[in-house]
Amino acid sequence: MNTAASVRESRGQAQGHGAGEWLAHLVLWLGIAVTAFPLYIAFVASTLTAQDIAQAPMSILPGGHGIENYRQILTQGLQGTYLSPPVWQMMWNSLQMALIITIGKIVVSILSAYAIVFFQFPGRMLAFWLIFLTLMLPVEVRILPTYAVISDLGMINSMTGLTLPLIASATGTLLFRQFFLTIPDELVEAARIDGAGPLRFFKDVVLPLSATNIAALSVILFIFGWNQYLWPLLITTDNRLDTIVVGITKMIGTDASVTNWAHVMGTTLLAVLPPALVVVLMRRWFVKGLVDSEK
Amino acid sequence: MAGIRFINVSKQYGSGSAAVKVIHGVDAEVHHGEFVVIVGPSGCGKSTLLRMVAGLEAITGGEIAIGERVVNRVDPADRDIAMVFQNYALYPHFNVFDNMAYGLRIRKLPPAEVKARVEKAAATLELSHLLQRKPRQLSGGQRQRVAMGRAIVRQPQVFLFDEPLSNLDAKLRAQTRVEIRKLHAELGITSLFVTHDQVEAMTLAQRMMVMNAGLMEQFGSPEEVYARPATTFVAGFIGSPPMNLLAGRAEGRFFHIGGERLALPAAAPREGALTLGVRPEHAHIGSAAGWPLRVELGEMLGAERLVYGRLGDAAFTLRIAGTDIPPASGSTVQMVVAPEHLHWFDAPGGKRVG
Repeated sequence: MNTAASVRESRGQAQGHGAGEWLAHLVLWLGIAVTAFPLYIAFVASTLTAQDIAQAPMSILPGGHGIENYRQILTQGLQGTYLSPPVWQMMWNSLQMALIITIGKIVVSILSAYAIVFFQFPGRMLAFWLIFLTLMLPVEVRILPTYAVISDLGMINSMTGLTLPLIASATGTLLFRQFFLTIPDELVEAARIDGAGPLRFFKDVVLPLSATNIAALSVILFIFGWNQYLWPLLITTDNRLDTIVVGITKMIGTDASVTNWAHVMGTTLLAVLPPALVVVLMRRWFVKGLVDSEK
Repeated sequence: MAGIRFINVSKQYGSGSAAVKVIHGVDAEVHHGEFVVIVGPSGCGKSTLLRMVAGLEAITGGEIAIGERVVNRVDPADRDIAMVFQNYALYPHFNVFDNMAYGLRIRKLPPAEVKARVEKAAATLELSHLLQRKPRQLSGGQRQRVAMGRAIVRQPQVFLFDEPLSNLDAKLRAQTRVEIRKLHAELGITSLFVTHDQVEAMTLAQRMMVMNAGLMEQFGSPEEVYARPATTFVAGFIGSPPMNLLAGRAEGRFFHIGGERLALPAAAPREGALTLGVRPEHAHIGSAAGWPLRVELGEMLGAERLVYGRLGDAAFTLRIAGTDIPPASGSTVQMVVAPEHLHWFDAPGGKRVG
């Protein structure tokens, strides 16, 4: 055996300061740069005027018009055109929609998972498999029948119409079902003997144990709700109900006016902020919820 | 007040031709304040029987009465019972105090009363300094005591224990056994204790129910069960090392087993195919002619020694004092058994005769 070579190799790996480590860091920095660079450019663009952007090459250093740009888009938007309301209003719409969807989805999925796991009723497994099958039906696939139903119900152009079809959630049900299955039978029996009925057991035992799962799922669902594009585009014709995602696309490439890229970039950055904030704030709970097991 | 009565209790799963019967007609009465152990091998139905008393399993045949009340259709929460589980089943997000208080709070006891009961039980079980801790911060033995505390504060008519010592290490098991006995002496509450360990059964029980394959084979005090086992199963299950069981034919003053003819100190209760049982400690090595044991090997246990050998075709275990000179391996010794230490069982059925 070539012992000298193997000793050299193992020594290099054991130290951790060899070429391998340096390379790993380089790759990570490159990755960060590639991911963050477009956001940086967007930020720079939002601090320039529209003419500065049109003139190539665009500066890669921030300009001085940031404050006035942001103030204008936040308070005025592109008023006077049929396009978009002020950005603060669009962000408020998006926030409402995302929050309603998140809370609605969690309530529906946790209750349906509870029913499927802890109760015996005829058609239980059928119900579960039907819910599971709906995973094959994302928003885009079911859009036509959903539109027809919402339209018939007269809910076009309402927050209800915007959020209701997106609330039923198979992913959430599945996640909570898997978690509920890990609750030991003996715990349920002990609670039964203690005198806890089904709702009491849900409130006192199941909910507290699910807290980290709920936190993790909230993050995912909030971002899902915030990013919805197709459904809000279809369902609302009134400008005042525009969500920010829809608003951004409306700002670009219209024949009514020249696109003000500085404004568009600023709006985009504002749109990215709330989900990023949610992830950062809930990050601790997010990881804990996916990995943790208290029992 | 509250004993437990089993009236022809049976349990089957499924129905019609696919039915599986796991408990066949158990009839027994547990007296008020008695500590009864249900013991048997895995799968004998002991846990199922306990869970039927608890109300966690439906009673498909017969009746169970707690006190004067038949509880077949009564909800577990209303049966006035408390249960200690093998895996403790503590609420992970509650601290020790809340774990013990939960059942009382649901029953809307006033907070002062709840506090008093929990603190008293905690003092008895030496948990007072742990009341604010969560279960994951406790050792196995401490968790088991919290589980017992949770049962005690309920002041129920019946305590049910489902193999509570199985998850503890040997030393802790012995300690907790003593604690359970002391607790029972102090509280005097009717208790049903399920275990597969015959040592736990013998040490804890005032009376024990030996179960096998869904049948109650014997129900009596440890002394009775040990001295007069009702079936070959009980004879072989209780006692360690187990009783020697020899299958053969009785004829007059002789018992014919494979490869040997044994002279009996007393005649068998009847002629024909029988099973003879002799406990290892009841056979003594004598100088006169007796039953020839071909010694194979011995095990030194300290105070006693086990001698393994063959009597005819059958294996036979003999127990002698540790200080006695052990017979050499390969030698043949003559064994003598007193007539009162012969146990006779029916050959096909296994039931005791005489």
